[in-house]
Amino acid sequence: MDRTSPDGISDHYDVIVVGSGLGGLTCANRLACAGHSVLLLEHHSRLGGLATWFRRKGHIFDVSLHGFPFGMVKTCKKYWNRAIRDSIVQLKNIVFDNPQFSLTTTFSRDDFTRILQEKFAVSRSTVEDFFDTVGRMNFYDDRTMTTRELFAWFFPGRSDVHRLLMEPITYANGSTLDDPAITYGIVFSNFMSRGVFTFQGGTDRLIGLMADELRQNGVTIRTGARVDRIVVEQGQAKGVVTGGRFIAASAVVSNSGITNTVNNLAGRDAFSRQFLDKFDAVKVNNSSCQVYFGIRRGESIPDIGDLLFTSTAEEFSSEEMLDMETKSRTFSVYYPKTRPDRPDFTVVASMNANYDDWAGLDEEAYREAKAAMIERCFTDLERYVPGIRGRVDWVEAATPRTFNRYTLHTKGTSFGTKFEGLDISRSLFKEVQGLFHVGSVGIIMSGWLGAINYGVIVANDVDGLLRS
Amino acid sequence: MTRNEIKNVILEIIEDIDEEADFDSLEADKPLRDQLDLDSMDFLDIVMELRKRYKLQIPEEEYPELSTLNSCVNYLEPKLKDF
Repeated sequence: MDRTSPDGISDHYDVIVVGSGLGGLTCANRLACAGHSVLLLEHHSRLGGLATWFRRKGHIFDVSLHGFPFGMVKTCKKYWNRAIRDSIVQLKNIVFDNPQFSLTTTFSRDDFTRILQEKFAVSRSTVEDFFDTVGRMNFYDDRTMTTRELFAWFFPGRSDVHRLLMEPITYANGSTLDDPAITYGIVFSNFMSRGVFTFQGGTDRLIGLMADELRQNGVTIRTGARVDRIVVEQGQAKGVVTGGRFIAASAVVSNSGITNTVNNLAGRDAFSRQFLDKFDAVKVNNSSCQVYFGIRRGESIPDIGDLLFTSTAEEFSSEEMLDMETKSRTFSVYYPKTRPDRPDFTVVASMNANYDDWAGLDEEAYREAKAAMIERCFTDLERYVPGIRGRVDWVEAATPRTFNRYTLHTKGTSFGTKFEGLDISRSLFKEVQGLFHVGSVGIIMSGWLGAINYGVIVANDVDGLLRS
Repeated sequence: MTRNEIKNVILEIIEDIDEEADFDSLEADKPLRDQLDLDSMDFLDIVMELRKRYKLQIPEEEYPELSTLNSCVNYLEPKLKDF
């Protein structure tokens, strides 16, 4: 019945997924497994969204493979396959180094319980009470308490403890002390269950395995296919327009950012005034800067840890961490164990950043700001790897502008939206029948595990509609 | 479907989710979540599988009905009587 054009794309699908971040990929896979016909469209030349990588001078740089919680093991087994699950390995050496303390940890509840008692002299009962409290938090709980208030309650006046507990989560999802405590509790507890894990073989291998699985399950995939708009008529999603061509669908899942989805893809005319008022209050999260270092072949670096949370700022401050000249950064160190088939050493420095600080710079100021950032990262890295400058044969920087260019995310956000975005994302299909959103929202539905699980949640909604 | 058949369907779906699930000491009136180490994502999987097999739509506010094996059977019995 459906006609197929020369490019192999039919006129109609049960579902069209717009965007191929981990949420979009997982949603597409679940729906294909449930027996629906699925078309996946990605504007970039490769799949993965922010779960991406790039090649320079023989190096492969991972952009967002910094570490995820143990929950990924179960999630990948259930929603992807065994090969993907079996490649998940632990990162055992997590390092903190700042003027208040220096330590190495597995970043798990057991180890943190020990450290908080031995190094920070906190009583065991307080530590247990804190872990039990954050471990019980649910997204539907009261959200009036902030993380700042949570910390002040358990560890009053202990800026060193606050730093230990908060700094990694700020890098993980861009949250601050002023975000709801439940968002902190849920994400922190996920990590604390067993520690930090990574994907052996790198992001390229993961996305390759996912693409194989999608094809095997019958998903039609097109990269380099930007969707111009999602067609909504009389309150119902009808399909998408891509490359000037209309493709019909019973449901459209947007894995574009929620702000892009409403403002640019569906268009504000498709929504009620009441919905738009709530939507306009959604704040997008901050973006990131990164500096990538490739170590010359034949050279090596010693084992300095897998993930280093470093800062020369006297105390933890959410604002300091967003400053263009922040003294706080994470070094993700990739040893030959990352890709045993093509051993290499690379280091990625990650910093949080505000898009607006970078967006207004003219070309020369932009180049200078990037060069100065690279210099600061070199200086910090030198403290852990003396002589690093002489061993590097590639270095380059990415800024919020870079993230915006490749992901099209509003203000280059690398962590989706603040908490209020979750409700908007969850209520989109109640506003426009057949239109769904999957992607980083609400701080908790963010990161690799959050994005994949959210893809499953949304696939359930879509399946419910398609079978009704 | 009889009550026993419904029970077996639920256990079969859980086994697909977690092949290491141990049903030997399972108590039918206690929460599945505590006894089998199931999380909210697992319950979503059960809901989606029931929809796939029996076209059964379980609204989100009724998910708590699935908390124990007995409550599952009580809730599903009238819905699956024609299967």
